[in-house]
Amino acid sequence: MTDTLTIRNLHVSVEDKPILHGVDLEIRRGETHALMGPNGSGKSTLGLAIMGHPKYVVTEGEILLNGENIVEWSPDERARRGLFYAFQRPIAIPGVKMADFLRHAVTNVRHPERREGEELLPMREFRKELKEKMGQLHMDLEFARRYVNDGFSGGEMKRAEILQLAMLQPKFAVLDETDSGLDADAVRLASESIARIGRQKMGLLIITHHDKLLEHNPPQFTHVMLGGRIVETGGPELAIELHRHGYGRIREKYPEADAENRAMQQVEAGA
Amino acid sequence: MATEVTSDQNAGPVGEINKYDFHTETQAVFRARKGLDREVVEQISEMKGEPDWMREFRLKALEIFESKPMPKWGGKIDIDFQDIYYYLKPTEKQGHSWDEVPQEIKETFDKLGIPEAERKFLAGVKAQFESEVIYGSLKEELGEKGVIFTDTDTAVREHGDLLREYFGTIIPPSDNKFAALNSAVWSGGSFIYVPPGVHIDFPLQAYFRINAERMGQFERTLIIVDEGASVHYVEGCTAPMYSTESLHSAVVEIICKAGSRCRYTTIQNWANNIYNLVTKRAVAYRDATMEWVDGNLGSRLTMKYPAVYMMEPGARGEILSIAFAGAGQHQDAGAKLVHCAPHTTGQITSKSISKDGGRSSYRGLVRVERGAHHAKCNVVCDALILDPHSRSDTYPYIEVAEQDVAIGHEASVSRIGEEQMFYLTSRGLTESEASTMIVNGFIEPLVRELPMEYAVEMNRLIQLQMEGSVG
Repeated sequence: MTDTLTIRNLHVSVEDKPILHGVDLEIRRGETHALMGPNGSGKSTLGLAIMGHPKYVVTEGEILLNGENIVEWSPDERARRGLFYAFQRPIAIPGVKMADFLRHAVTNVRHPERREGEELLPMREFRKELKEKMGQLHMDLEFARRYVNDGFSGGEMKRAEILQLAMLQPKFAVLDETDSGLDADAVRLASESIARIGRQKMGLLIITHHDKLLEHNPPQFTHVMLGGRIVETGGPELAIELHRHGYGRIREKYPEADAENRAMQQVEAGA
Repeated sequence: MATEVTSDQNAGPVGEINKYDFHTETQAVFRARKGLDREVVEQISEMKGEPDWMREFRLKALEIFESKPMPKWGGKIDIDFQDIYYYLKPTEKQGHSWDEVPQEIKETFDKLGIPEAERKFLAGVKAQFESEVIYGSLKEELGEKGVIFTDTDTAVREHGDLLREYFGTIIPPSDNKFAALNSAVWSGGSFIYVPPGVHIDFPLQAYFRINAERMGQFERTLIIVDEGASVHYVEGCTAPMYSTESLHSAVVEIICKAGSRCRYTTIQNWANNIYNLVTKRAVAYRDATMEWVDGNLGSRLTMKYPAVYMMEPGARGEILSIAFAGAGQHQDAGAKLVHCAPHTTGQITSKSISKDGGRSSYRGLVRVERGAHHAKCNVVCDALILDPHSRSDTYPYIEVAEQDVAIGHEASVSRIGEEQMFYLTSRGLTESEASTMIVNGFIEPLVRELPMEYAVEMNRLIQLQMEGSVG
């Protein structure tokens, strides 16, 4: 049976403010979905809710992994069951080396039954694999000795996220603007890297404003989010249309959702 | 845990000879009676067979101790000075080789968990068991270079003239009440002399441990680094848990002569009932560098502010301090830098962690004396608070009597961020693994300054503290 991630009528609030108003989405392992939409439409909220960020409270609906509701699961349980969220703005952890953090993460994700304090992956084995993956991403080995996201440039942070994706090999990954802040060459490298990790092995939900990432990773499905709802779903041609012509047509077609979106943006701007 | 007191040997009114048990059987051959007065001090001096000048020094210090009030700042001190044993001699003679060290003491080392690799290092270790150094053997090469590394009691007997020249000159008994107390009843500690131009390229290490209930420990360390010489001294302590209060009050004096370099590293992990009230001070002369690396875990109250007095141009003082305050603990730790000469440089880096209602305070003083122009000093103190019940305070004092100086101070207080926790847990780490990792990262800049085995131990101690399984 193909692994399936199903979002059903998902309502999410942040600090008692409702952001998502009933999102439905189904992703099968091996599929690539693009999630597009103007600022404030709730794209990142969906990604963070899927991963279980404690501030993003599910007030209604379900997130199902192979039919099992995971809404009550902690983020680390979700990671161990094969979910991954690539951060739009990765968080710095000063003093913690990339390699140490990754070895811990990889061990837990590959051995979900591991208990705290038990053995980590053998150092040699881990190093060999890390070196190989870093080579594929054209990353300097020095990178592994740096502190997690600490003092990284925007591009370095995004590459570090892709490295983690490559090492953790999740079943489902949400890539939240993994291409933003990168120049054209870097976007191409990132795109190729994602393709190399094996799109066919993952269910991908790519949140993006740009077309480069999608050019290298053509989506089978494109979803447009507006005002906390997915208002339209189409094929790759929808992504191309939105890149070329923007969200004017969508806003006009869904005035209620558009009003909601504008209200959200005003709240954000006011806050 | 005194389970047995035998009366088959003489138990006089002043001293009692007994045998008691704590985890391992330890033969105590002499213990001064509880409490403190002239008689006890004289008896300590007599038991040690000290010269008159040291006995006089102790008695004068006792008078000062009795006349001085308790410090009014810092933490809450609740000690009955008459309810403490001030001297305990564990074995009659010191062991000179590992084979001579009694079996039960080796077992204690086992329980301390000194790693195998460190045991091999024991040839260079001074291990203090209760108040007296029971084992110590200098590496041959040190002896050949003229380095003296011995316990301070032995130094009084064998290197009396050298010791007397410096003893009590950096921290006189009148400095503070606890320095006076130490001066009156001190026992053990290390004495190090490094001759001019000699570099010791491995750390000199000491292990010691308090293990008698209600027994204060008052070791006295004196390090003299002669011109152009260098040394790194490391002490680590671990103490078992007891139900009644215990007092540790050490004095450490260091002299860094011109062009010399000294680093003094401490990792202290006291039981939660111990008062750890320590005076540490160094003087650095022309172009000399003094570094204190100080890790404080455990204890009920720690008050410790390693100091460097920069006496001549080019002198440098650096203090790195980590404090971890858990439940029922107050770490009042900090640093003191005094610029007494022009073109002197200082750096203070302090990191504190408070957890489960623990309280950590940074208390620091930077003073630039008149005439110390072009002094440069930078203070960075960062506090990490792990939960809402815990507390962190900062008391930075800066006194500058000169115009042309550069003094910087940065302080930050942070809580473990929800975003950091989410980032790590979303990659498969449990909450407790994630918070341990964040804490270890927070202190990493200091841990990487430690010798390898101490860095490993430090991380292990932090892990234990995070799991709440210590005390």
